Amino acid sequence: MAIPDQLRVIIATDCGSTTTKAILIEKVGDEYRQTFRGESPTTVEAPFEDVTRGVLNAIQEVEELSGRKILDGERIITPADGQTGVDAYISTSSAGGGLQMMVAGAVKAMTGESAQRAALGAGAIVMDVLATNDKRLPHEKIERIRHLRPDMILLSGGTDGGTISHVEELAQYIAAADPKPRLGIGYRLPVLYAGNVDARPRVSEMLGQKMELVVTDNLRPTLEKENLMPARLEIQRLFLEHVMAQAPGYKKLMSWTSTPIMPTPAAVGKIMQTIAKLNNINVVGVDIGGATTDVFSVFGEVFNRTVSANYGMSYSISNVLADAGLPNIMRWLTFDVDERDVRDRIKNKMIRPTTIPQTLEELKIEQAISREALRLSFDQHKLLAVGLKGVQQERSIADAFEQGQTGQSLIKMMELHMIVGSGGVLSHAPRRNQSMAMMIDAFCPEGITFISVDSIFMMPHLGVLSEVHPQAATEVFEKDCMIYLGTCIAPRGTAKPGAKVMSYRLNLGGKQIEDTLLSGEMKFYPLGLGKTAEVVLSPSRGMDVGAGSGREIQGTVRGGVVGLVLDGRGRPLALPDNLADRRAKITEWNRALQLYPDE
Amino acid sequence: MAHAYTPGLRVTHRTTVTKRRVLPLKGKVLKKVGDAVARDEVVARTELPGSVEILNLVGRLGITPDQVDSVLRKGEGDPVAKGELIAETRGLWGLFKSRIQSPIDGSIESVSKVTGQLLLRHPPIPVEVDGYVNGTVTAVIEGEGVEVSTPATFVQGIFGIGGETFGPLRFAAKDPGEVLTPDHVKSEHKGAIVVGGAFAGHAAIKRAIEAGLKGLVVGGIHDEDLRQILGYDLGVAITGAEQVGLTLILTEGFGQIRMSDRTWDALKRREGDVASISGATQIRAGVLRPEIIIPIEKTEQTADAAGVATGSAIDIGSSVRIIRQPNFGRVGVVSRLPSALQKIESETMARVLEVKFPDGTLQVIPRANIELIEE
Repeated sequence: MAIPDQLRVIIATDCGSTTTKAILIEKVGDEYRQTFRGESPTTVEAPFEDVTRGVLNAIQEVEELSGRKILDGERIITPADGQTGVDAYISTSSAGGGLQMMVAGAVKAMTGESAQRAALGAGAIVMDVLATNDKRLPHEKIERIRHLRPDMILLSGGTDGGTISHVEELAQYIAAADPKPRLGIGYRLPVLYAGNVDARPRVSEMLGQKMELVVTDNLRPTLEKENLMPARLEIQRLFLEHVMAQAPGYKKLMSWTSTPIMPTPAAVGKIMQTIAKLNNINVVGVDIGGATTDVFSVFGEVFNRTVSANYGMSYSISNVLADAGLPNIMRWLTFDVDERDVRDRIKNKMIRPTTIPQTLEELKIEQAISREALRLSFDQHKLLAVGLKGVQQERSIADAFEQGQTGQSLIKMMELHMIVGSGGVLSHAPRRNQSMAMMIDAFCPEGITFISVDSIFMMPHLGVLSEVHPQAATEVFEKDCMIYLGTCIAPRGTAKPGAKVMSYRLNLGGKQIEDTLLSGEMKFYPLGLGKTAEVVLSPSRGMDVGAGSGREIQGTVRGGVVGLVLDGRGRPLALPDNLADRRAKITEWNRALQLYPDE
Repeated sequence: MAHAYTPGLRVTHRTTVTKRRVLPLKGKVLKKVGDAVARDEVVARTELPGSVEILNLVGRLGITPDQVDSVLRKGEGDPVAKGELIAETRGLWGLFKSRIQSPIDGSIESVSKVTGQLLLRHPPIPVEVDGYVNGTVTAVIEGEGVEVSTPATFVQGIFGIGGETFGPLRFAAKDPGEVLTPDHVKSEHKGAIVVGGAFAGHAAIKRAIEAGLKGLVVGGIHDEDLRQILGYDLGVAITGAEQVGLTLILTEGFGQIRMSDRTWDALKRREGDVASISGATQIRAGVLRPEIIIPIEKTEQTADAAGVATGSAIDIGSSVRIIRQPNFGRVGVVSRLPSALQKIESETMARVLEVKFPDGTLQVIPRANIELIEE
C-alpha cells in the first residue's frame, strides 16, 4: 500500500504480545487528532495463530465506534472517501513476545557461565546452558534445542588462540538440531557467536548457511578476562531486528501496511528522543508490556534503549515473581492476602495473559507487581546504559561475579528532568495518580522530576507515524498522547524516621504554603495542568534536592493532571521492615496521593 | 460491539490428530506410508557412536610402538568383552607375561603404531523414536521419521509438566468438582493416566508419584506445590522436560478450580481406553499446550462425533466461563452484551458483559475475563 501525498485519515495498530491496539488519526480542521481507539486480544494463540486476526478485530472496534467503514472483508479500504476507507495503514509489533535464549559454552563453569551472564544482562530468559561437559549425550542436546525452540542462540567457548574443537562440537549440535522457528516460515534463527576468534571460519562454515549467524567479540578472550558488553549489545540488536516483531501471520500483515512494520521499542525510542530534543532535557522512558519492558534514556546527547525481555505483566509475569521474589511484591500491599493465593493469581495471569483486574484487590496486586517489573527493568537499563555504543567495558575475573559493577552508568537520577511512562498498566491505570505513584516507587527519582504518561498507549503508533508524516505525529503527540501528571520533589539521602528532611515554601497560584517534610512522609498538592508553582526548597544537612547536600534551591515546577508530590522517604528508598509499620506507612502514602477509593 | 473473541482450548470427542515423530539425528525410518503403528512401536532408529577409551599399550606393557603388532591378540574392528584379553607380551621364557584386558564391552577402534595407543569404542547407543499414538503412517520424512495420524478424542490442557507417556485412562474422582486426596490414589492406578477433579494438593501429587501413576490430569494445583515438586520457581511457561515421576496436566489453571464439564465428559466417555499424553507447554507466540490423545480404534465409536471448541464469537445466550477472580471457574450464560465501556470495581473502564449464573444471579464481568464454551 503506497502512501498518498495528502493524508487525511490514518489507521495505526500496535500488535503487542497480549493486546492489539488500533487508533484512528484524522485531520480535523487544520490539525491532526487521534479520534477513536479499538483494542482486541492479540491472536498469536490457537485457534487463530495469526496476528492479523487481532488486527482486524481491533480495527473493527474502531469502525463500530467511529462509524467509518475501514474494512472490506479482510482488506483495508484505501484511499479515504468520505466516511469510508483510510489513506494509510501503519503498524508496529512486539507480538513475538519475550526473548528466550539458549546459551552454549565449552566448559559449563567457565564460558558457559559467562555466556549465561551475557544473556541475562541483556534481558533474556536463559532456557538452558549447553556445554561440552554437561554430561548429556549429543542426541539429548540436539533434542533439547529442538524442543525448546529458542529465539536466539549465543555460542561461545575457548579463549582467543586456544583450542577450537569444543566450539566446533557445539556448533555441530546446533547445526544438526536445525531448530524450527516458533514464529513461522521464512524466519532464520539468529545465532550469535562470541567465542575463540580462531574458530570463526569453522563456525561460519557450519552455521552460516542455515542460520542468521552474527559474530562478535569473544566474551572470554582470556581465562582471566570477561568481556560481556559487545555480546549483550548484539543480543539486544538482534532481538529488536529479528525476533520481536515476528509473529504468526506477520508476513500477511506486512503486505497490508503502507510502510514497513516497526518493532515497538524502536518506535517508542523515536518518540522519547523527540521529547528530549524538543525540550532539551534528560529523559527516562519506559514501556511496560505483557512480555517485555523497554526502558529508554536520553542523557545529554546519548540515547540508550534496553529491552528487558524477561519482565512484563502477562507472559513474563512469573519471571518478575521469580526474580523479584514474593516478599518484594507483597511489601507494596496493605491488606491480608494468602501468599499462596497471590502466587496462583500470578501464574493464572501468565497462562491467561489477556485477562484484566476486575476487583480493587486484584488491581492493587497487579500494580504491586508492576512496581517490581519496572524496578528490575530499570536496574537492567542502568547496567547496560554505560557508555557510547562501541565502547567496550572489560572486567577481570575478580569482578566477573559482581553483576552490578560494569562500567559507569550514565543514568544520573539527580540530572534527570522527566520520566515518561507507557504501556497498559501505566496508560490504563484507572487513576492517573496510580501511574505517577508506580513510577515514583519504581524509578525513585531524585531532586525535581517531571512525570508524564502516554494517555491511552499510542506512542508506538506515533513513533512509526513520525517516519511517514512528522507533522501529524507531532500534532497528535502534543494534543492527545502526552498526559502531564506533575512534578515529584524527592530529597536524596537518608534520615531517621520522623526527622525533618526539608523545609519548603510553595507559591501555588498566589497561595503561599510554608511547611516541612519529614522523613518517611509523602505530601500531595493539587497543581493543575498548565499551572506552575514557585518553590524554595531547603533540605536538611545530608539531604540533597539538586544543589548539593543541605543547599537551598529555588525554581519553578509544573503541574499536571495529578499535581505536586513531595517524597520524603529518602533515597535509596527503604520501606519499614516490620509488617505492621510498613502497611501503616504504605496506607498513609496511598491516602496522601489519593490512590484508591477505599483507603 | 456485537461480538467478542476469546482464545479457547480444544476439547473434542473426535478429530484427526497427526503427530510428527522424528529422530534428533539422521537415521533409518522403519515404517512406510500406510503402515499401522502402535504407540510403543519404534518408527525410526539411529545409532550414536559410543564414546572412546584410550589404552596406552606401550606404557603398560613396557614395549616400543613398533612391537605393538606382536603383542596384540585382537585386531582393529574386533568386538571385545569386558575382561577379555587384548594384548600380551611373550615374557621371559614364557613366564612373567604382561597382559592387558579390555576394561569395557565394545570394539577395537584403532591401534597406532606411532604412539602405541589403542582406542576402544563403547557399543553404539541406540536412539529411537516411537509412535506415541496408535495410528497409521500418513507421511515419511526421509531419514528422520514419520507422521502418524489417527482419529482420536483430543483434549488440550492449559498447563502441564513432564514429557510424553501413555496408559489407560482411570478416574479417581467422582465428579469434576471433587478434590483429589492421597486416599483417592489406589495401587491399581499404577501405570495409568488418572483423572482427578478440581484440584490436587502436594500430598496427593506425591502419593500419585509414589503409586507409580504415569499421568495425572486435574483442574488445578497451587503454584506453591508446583515449586515444591520442581524444586525451583518456574519463571516462564516452557515445560516438557521435567522429570518428576509423572506427567501432570492442568485443565483449568492454578488454584482449586472445578474441571470444566466439557473436558470431564470428553475424558469420561473414554474411561478405560489408553491415552497418550504430553505435559509440554510453551505459552508465548507459537503456543504449545499439553495434550491428551485417546485414539479411536473401535468402529462403533466412529459415529460418536461432537463439536470442536475453537473460540469464536460470543453472543447473548452463549455459555461462558469466568477465567479470573472473582467467580473464577464459574459457568453461566451471557444475558447482556453492552457495547459502551463500563466502570468496574477496580475503577477501570472496560468492555463488559453480563452473565447469568445457574442460581439466577447476575454479574457484570469484563469481556477479557471470560472464555467461551461451545456446545
